[in-house]
Amino acid sequence: MCRAIAAVVLDDPTKVKFVPLSAKDRFTALQSGEIDVLSRNTTWTVSRDTSLGANFTGVTYYDGQGFMVKKSLKVNSALELNSASVCVQTGTTTEQNLADFFKGNNMKYEVIAFGSIDEAVKAYESGRCDVFTDDASGLYASRLKLANPADHIVLPEIISKEPLGPMVRHGDDQWFDIVKWTLFAMINAEELGITQKNVDTMLKSDKPEMKRVLGTDGNLGEQLGLTKDWVVRIVKAVGNYGETFERNVGTGSPLGIARGVNNLWNKGGIQYAPPIR
Amino acid sequence: MSIAPRKPPLQFALRLKRALGGKAGWNGLAAQIAFAAILAWIAYEIVANARTNLETQHIASGFGFLNYNAGFDVNQSLIAYNNSDTYWRVFFVGLLNTILVSVIGIVLATVIGFIVALCRLSPNLLLSRIGGIYVEIVRNLPVLFQILFWYLAVLAALPAPRQSISIFNTFFLNNRGLVVPQPVTEPGLYPFVAALAVGIILALGLRHYARRALFQRGQMIRIWPYVLGCLVGLPLVSMLVFGEPLKFELPQLKGFNFAGGARIIPEFVALTVALSTYTGAFIAEIVRAGVMSVHRGQMEAGSSLGLSRAATLRLIVVPQAMRVIVPPLTSQYLNLTKNSSLAVAIGYPDLVSVFAGTAVSQTGQAIEIIAMTMGVYLLLSLTTSALMSVYGWRINRSMAA
Repeated sequence: MCRAIAAVVLDDPTKVKFVPLSAKDRFTALQSGEIDVLSRNTTWTVSRDTSLGANFTGVTYYDGQGFMVKKSLKVNSALELNSASVCVQTGTTTEQNLADFFKGNNMKYEVIAFGSIDEAVKAYESGRCDVFTDDASGLYASRLKLANPADHIVLPEIISKEPLGPMVRHGDDQWFDIVKWTLFAMINAEELGITQKNVDTMLKSDKPEMKRVLGTDGNLGEQLGLTKDWVVRIVKAVGNYGETFERNVGTGSPLGIARGVNNLWNKGGIQYAPPIR
Repeated sequence: MSIAPRKPPLQFALRLKRALGGKAGWNGLAAQIAFAAILAWIAYEIVANARTNLETQHIASGFGFLNYNAGFDVNQSLIAYNNSDTYWRVFFVGLLNTILVSVIGIVLATVIGFIVALCRLSPNLLLSRIGGIYVEIVRNLPVLFQILFWYLAVLAALPAPRQSISIFNTFFLNNRGLVVPQPVTEPGLYPFVAALAVGIILALGLRHYARRALFQRGQMIRIWPYVLGCLVGLPLVSMLVFGEPLKFELPQLKGFNFAGGARIIPEFVALTVALSTYTGAFIAEIVRAGVMSVHRGQMEAGSSLGLSRAATLRLIVVPQAMRVIVPPLTSQYLNLTKNSSLAVAIGYPDLVSVFAGTAVSQTGQAIEIIAMTMGVYLLLSLTTSALMSVYGWRINRSMAA
């Protein structure tokens, strides 16, 4: 995502400075101007959209919170977790969902909140907790880091909606538009079948929609304050939405997460972008 | 020849001038006022600037959030807390957890420090070597590393709840902590506490009487049988009359964890042990320096009076050493309190972890929360140093007397 923004603005996807932030420092870093885009696994909620002085620009990944347990506990459902100890990362919506879930199902639990995800996973692995909870994508990522991933299972229950997306600071509407439309451009590119490989041949296409998107006709990119070939720059740098998904979290990556709800709206998912016209 | 009566100096005005302006007089006063005004102006600018910036960015500000529901849980709380309580409550939960770990840490660190220092000073070669090795190892490793060591290497190696190490089937040690029987109050509690209080007061009175008899009339009175009677006998009588004060609820293994009984969480143990052993090493050196600062002659004088080595240390050397020990000891206490904020690394819910951590990211009101947290640490530190100053002052007074 960040590389795509760098490509579209600076024509160089490597001109990004990544600042790794923990969950509890991320909003402060965005508010203070230390970073310009917060593109992490931040859940879009009404309180974050209104009280932080920042805006969400879209949803890059539809996630939900799940639980991971050791297979040896022989637990098959999150509803069997009464009186369990749960490890969680502090400063996340996860902590509140967890409280809501256990309270809603009249179950008791003990929460141990750690400053970073690695510490939480380490404590889970050492047996301090029975359960580790995080967004499902995060659970799969963490499971890979465990000594014996096959000994752990992710329970089927998804207890929350976690639409993850980038955030930008208030006060620069053009920047907000650019970040927002970078994501939409990637989704639209996938919809139109424009990929990193075929983008050059697509440029010769005379379909009116294709010409509009790729900037061979009209000046939509310039209206955003970018160049005419803005979509071409993005796709050349990182590929379309589907390609980045597969490369980073999908079947092309160690995580091997299925597209599921993150598929395009016309392929059974809910990823949908406003049209470029 | 007559002598003109001398006018008395304007004492009050002079003293006022001196107090307000120091040696520089009224000019000094003007300089002080100007300086204070500049400070106030800078403070005002900072607050006003932050306010406008927050407003232009539409970031919520003010302290209204403290009355909202926090909506998350905390695994150790000294006051009743659940996830529908307010952020105010979260603040106090965190604060009390910080104070708990600091106070217990300070007590343990002091005990460890004095014991290690006495080991190092001992003429016994083995003891002094052990003390020296302890100090050199512990104080030269980073404290965060030691906290993680105790948490991940020592406590995590304990067995799971179902394979707990059981001590007489009442205490259970496992990687979830130490499960102990929980005291449940019974109607006999209040008479018991009252009897104990009366016993303590009587014992103190007896001690006072005996000391006066010793110092004023040189009379030795044997009071320990009476003291024992007051401290043990009275509560025993109350137990016989009103019934037992407490009943202990035994922990039972149920599901994943123990139900019933109270539990000391391993995060707390790891943090307290790491902080107190670490600070204890520094205190040991401070105590050693203090004892060495007392002239050898004092020790010899004690021996020549026929006092034993222990009595000489207790009555002559340590009181004099305390004058040297107390000021640096205060700094170590403050360090321990501040280092307790490393709790976040092992998931102990102290003030920084639950309030300056979770609450910040849930409300986004970093300025208010960080300011409150800073204020609390400042207050804790100032209170500690004030208490230590009073103690130091009392020692100095008794020395002078």
